[in-house]
Amino acid sequence: MADILIAMTALGSRDAAVVHVGPLTVTERLDVALASVAVRRGRAKDLVKAAKAVGLPLPAPARYQAGKIFGAFWVAPEMWFAEAPLPGHEEIAALLKAGLGDAASVTEQTDAWVRFDLAAPDLAPLLERLCNVDFPGAPDGHATRTVIDHLGCYLIKPGPGMARIYGPRSSARSLLHALETAAASAW
Amino acid sequence: MTQSHRIEGGQIDRGAVLRFTFDGLPYTGHPGDTLASALLANGVRLMGRSFKYHRPRGVLSAGSEEPNALVELRTGGRQEPNTRATVAELYDGLAAQSQNRWPSLRFDALAINDRLSSFFAAGFYYKTFMWPKSFWEKLYEPIIRRAAGLGSVSLQEDPDVYDKGFLHCDLLVIGAGPSGLMAALTAGRSGARVILADEDFRMGGRLNAETLVIGDAPGADWASAAVAELASMPKVRLMLRTTVVAAFDHGIYGAVERVSDHLAEPLPGKPRQVLWRIYAGRAVLAGGATERPIAFENNDRPGIMLAGSMRAYANRWGVQAGERVAIFTNNDDGLRTATDLQAKGVDVVAVIDSREGGALLPGIRHLRGAEVIDSAGRLGLKSVTVRQANGRTEEIRVDALGVSGGWNPNVNIHSHHRSRPVWDASIAAFVPGADGPPGLLVSGASAGVMSTAGALQTGRDAAMAALGLAGAAPDLPEAEDAPVRITPLWYVAHGKGRAWIDQQNDVTVKDIKLAKQENFTSVEHVKRYTTLGMATDQGKTGNVIGLAIMAELTGRSIPETGTTIYRPPYTPVAMGTLAGRSRGREFKPFRLTPSHHWAAEQGAVFVEVGNWLRTQWVPQAGETEWRQSVDREVLATRRSVGICDVTTLGKIDIQGTDAARFLDRVYANTFSTLAVGKCRYGLMLREDGIVFDDGTTARLGEHEFVMTTTTANAVTVFRHLEFCRQCLWPDLDVQLISTTEAWAQYSVAGPNARRLLEKVVDLDIGDAVFPYMGAGAITVCNGLRARLFRISFSGELAFEIAVPTRYGDALLREMLSRGAEFDPVVYGTETLGVMRIEKGHVAGGELNGQSTALNMGLGKMVSKKKDAIGVVLSQREGLVDPDGYRLVGVRPVDPAGKLVAGSHFLEIGADPVAANDGGWLTSKVYSPHLGCDIALGYLKGGDRKIGARMRAVNLVGGTETEVEIVSPHFFDPEGERLRG
Repeated sequence: MADILIAMTALGSRDAAVVHVGPLTVTERLDVALASVAVRRGRAKDLVKAAKAVGLPLPAPARYQAGKIFGAFWVAPEMWFAEAPLPGHEEIAALLKAGLGDAASVTEQTDAWVRFDLAAPDLAPLLERLCNVDFPGAPDGHATRTVIDHLGCYLIKPGPGMARIYGPRSSARSLLHALETAAASAW
Repeated sequence: MTQSHRIEGGQIDRGAVLRFTFDGLPYTGHPGDTLASALLANGVRLMGRSFKYHRPRGVLSAGSEEPNALVELRTGGRQEPNTRATVAELYDGLAAQSQNRWPSLRFDALAINDRLSSFFAAGFYYKTFMWPKSFWEKLYEPIIRRAAGLGSVSLQEDPDVYDKGFLHCDLLVIGAGPSGLMAALTAGRSGARVILADEDFRMGGRLNAETLVIGDAPGADWASAAVAELASMPKVRLMLRTTVVAAFDHGIYGAVERVSDHLAEPLPGKPRQVLWRIYAGRAVLAGGATERPIAFENNDRPGIMLAGSMRAYANRWGVQAGERVAIFTNNDDGLRTATDLQAKGVDVVAVIDSREGGALLPGIRHLRGAEVIDSAGRLGLKSVTVRQANGRTEEIRVDALGVSGGWNPNVNIHSHHRSRPVWDASIAAFVPGADGPPGLLVSGASAGVMSTAGALQTGRDAAMAALGLAGAAPDLPEAEDAPVRITPLWYVAHGKGRAWIDQQNDVTVKDIKLAKQENFTSVEHVKRYTTLGMATDQGKTGNVIGLAIMAELTGRSIPETGTTIYRPPYTPVAMGTLAGRSRGREFKPFRLTPSHHWAAEQGAVFVEVGNWLRTQWVPQAGETEWRQSVDREVLATRRSVGICDVTTLGKIDIQGTDAARFLDRVYANTFSTLAVGKCRYGLMLREDGIVFDDGTTARLGEHEFVMTTTTANAVTVFRHLEFCRQCLWPDLDVQLISTTEAWAQYSVAGPNARRLLEKVVDLDIGDAVFPYMGAGAITVCNGLRARLFRISFSGELAFEIAVPTRYGDALLREMLSRGAEFDPVVYGTETLGVMRIEKGHVAGGELNGQSTALNMGLGKMVSKKKDAIGVVLSQREGLVDPDGYRLVGVRPVDPAGKLVAGSHFLEIGADPVAANDGGWLTSKVYSPHLGCDIALGYLKGGDRKIGARMRAVNLVGGTETEVEIVSPHFFDPEGERLRG
């Protein structure tokens, strides 16, 4: 890969941000590659077969599913976002295209988003100030689209005490600011 | 001052003393006090002046229905007008000011209005200030506004923050009186997720104000135990100081939590208030009831209050409203006040009971069939005049009078979807109708069930019904179950003076009579004509009296007369609460471009474009005004090479076997013929034939395109395409996703554009590989995936190069350093604008939502060989008029002449009137290349007027310039430069 160009984070730094507010830890994740996978019309069965072969989960609506290499969450009817570790998968779209063939349309999304991983014993007091998702009522593995601070985001509940937010990369600062101020209110 | 009116008992912490001031005078109170209870405890009865007549007023109630005791709390940016003293929780250091008086509360010069009251009857200003018409806005209204009104605002910025939030539950219980507590207990014990919200700072509702017993404990103790049990349930959320203000659609309720109002200032980082949106599976309204007064002459003096409130002050706050107290009632509940006060040792001088017959209260002078017909005392009650059943009148010396005209169930929330409450003659009040918000049940006094036992039972039953709970119902404790015994009395007919119905708006019985006399008999008309029920209390104590009087006057029944519409919010909500965090710099989130940090380092000037912050220009040392920077950027780009961050343009990835067909339908021109590896300028029309957006779309593969949109329309175009895909043509195999943020994209323009790019691109990008309008995948800087498009909006040899966003900053720095020999310049949106206008490209000023392709000189792009959105309607007769607007270039005849965007074209010698209007200048810049102002414009029949001279007239700014109409292509009209 590029040996001259140095990547800049969405927050304008070289390193991932880690922020602590009360019991909350927000960790910016730079090490995840992301691509959208959408079924070509009438090719759902082909995609399921091909996805199985490459180890790409295709979870049900509002669900996130981890996999060996690829994790995935549902974003729209017949459309998912696939995650993979960035090292070795920076060209995630090309890799998936090779595996899924013409059963799906694949588009690189890695740099369209900033990802913040949230950790706290109870995230409900924070998230209830940020979005209208019933986070405490949602099961583990819940994934949904929502709006945080006017920004369209994906919110995933991987497990207890954890939340994963994908927000628009260009607004990473505003989004983090919203997280910080809501956390100060909550705790 | 000492707390002269403090008596024993009450739910206050006497172990702690809170100091506060009212109009600068120091007082003390205790935790648990409201401002009103603390003032009463200190013997202060005069708390405000009325809205119109500046009548001295004291506290009428002990809750959120208060119309009179409105004060300004705090100072500076935190000053809040119209705060009800009855709900303002006392804190140490509280500073309150009375309002709507000058120079002081005790002596208010505008009390002269009261003397002139006969001139100020309802509707007086509509009739009085009619001429001359022009005086209204400048003279009459300002004077009236100054004389009337409530509190003032400091005009300083509020230093506090307000949050918004979202809550979810199976059952929302509104109100934590006996009924709400029982509903919450029933639901909580079943394992349901429950939210119990109450506007008070102590749960229990009327149980805190009464001496009634539940089971074998005082009601307040039962409430405390219930709250403790609820607090132990992990799925129950108790929300104190939280008013449910509105019922919205689909089980959504609005609630305001006053997080910090009981503190001098919020704790660091904490909000003052939170506006909650509560998503409730079901809800129970257990909002209790509000007592109403009886109107009689001079019934508004400080010291006259609702009987139930007087009882609350004694029982909950340990305060006696006066030293000699009387009660005026038409129902049994008023008698409770007398017995409770007497039990506390207060001197209850008389009970004036308007009802005939019945049992007499033991040990109290109980006058049956009597009425209070007048009162005396300028700044506070000194006596009341009582007319006894035998017609004899008597003046009784008292300093406090409790009045009870019955209780109105709080139906408001239930009526927010226009449900009309229905009249229940057995309690002489409106109760909730049948068609309230779906999923909302009503219990307790809100439902017209006035006994404690009834409240507990209906609360339990409502919770079980709401949640569909089967099985045995929880046992209920023993509680009083007295019936409502009331003989309605709305106003006392004896007496010639004014009897007040709506104390907040100074509406009297006479005003209602006047409204009737002038035929404003509909309740909605009565409200508008008299202002009954307006302002902060929304007529909680006065409305029903007003409409009952109107019913009597018109000979209709009360239910026939009906109520006005109940609307949110239930109690006033501060604007700051509604705004939440969205103010000032946090009004909206920002979007930063990949080059933002580089630009900020250079001292670039940014411009807001939607949420984006784009570089507007990048000043260099010695440049003192913007034109110097922009001229330099333009000239440097045209001389050598310039770089501009164009990431903000929308990018939409379009894939699928029908992608090309899809594009043919959404673009007016054809894309199915576009070869792989090429891009094309596209014009998108709205359904009505008007141009929607433009941009270039590249074909990266047989079934893969990437579309660009304007920055402004990135979202709306994507939404439009999704609509087309999902709704219009679901049979097409097309997949869409935005990639705007995924790629950092730079325009590299100028004669040396290719040479500069060759420094970073790994491949040959010569004409053979990347001819004009070529597009494709490349790599840069030793293998990084990238995209290159040979497109130009500047008229120069130009490319757009895109890399994954995280490398955008580095790519820019690399291009600048590796290409230093070409002296590259980074330019902003101003230079972008200059160059596109020099080249005659349409942008925001021309894509104005009113113009067609033909207007823009792009009529030939609308293909007739296929159908596409907007093509048919773009051919409407009115849109293809040969004399319609056409895009033209404009330059001043005198090169030193100034053009102003928005100026209108007029023929030489024509009058500047609309009939002679020839069109307007849509965009204007100074062209350093041409050395003069230039502009684009829409001119009627403009394509036939090239070479003509006209005037560009700006009547707003008073400017006029003689101009020459020219081709919009000012610069390199043959396009030799952009083809390299």
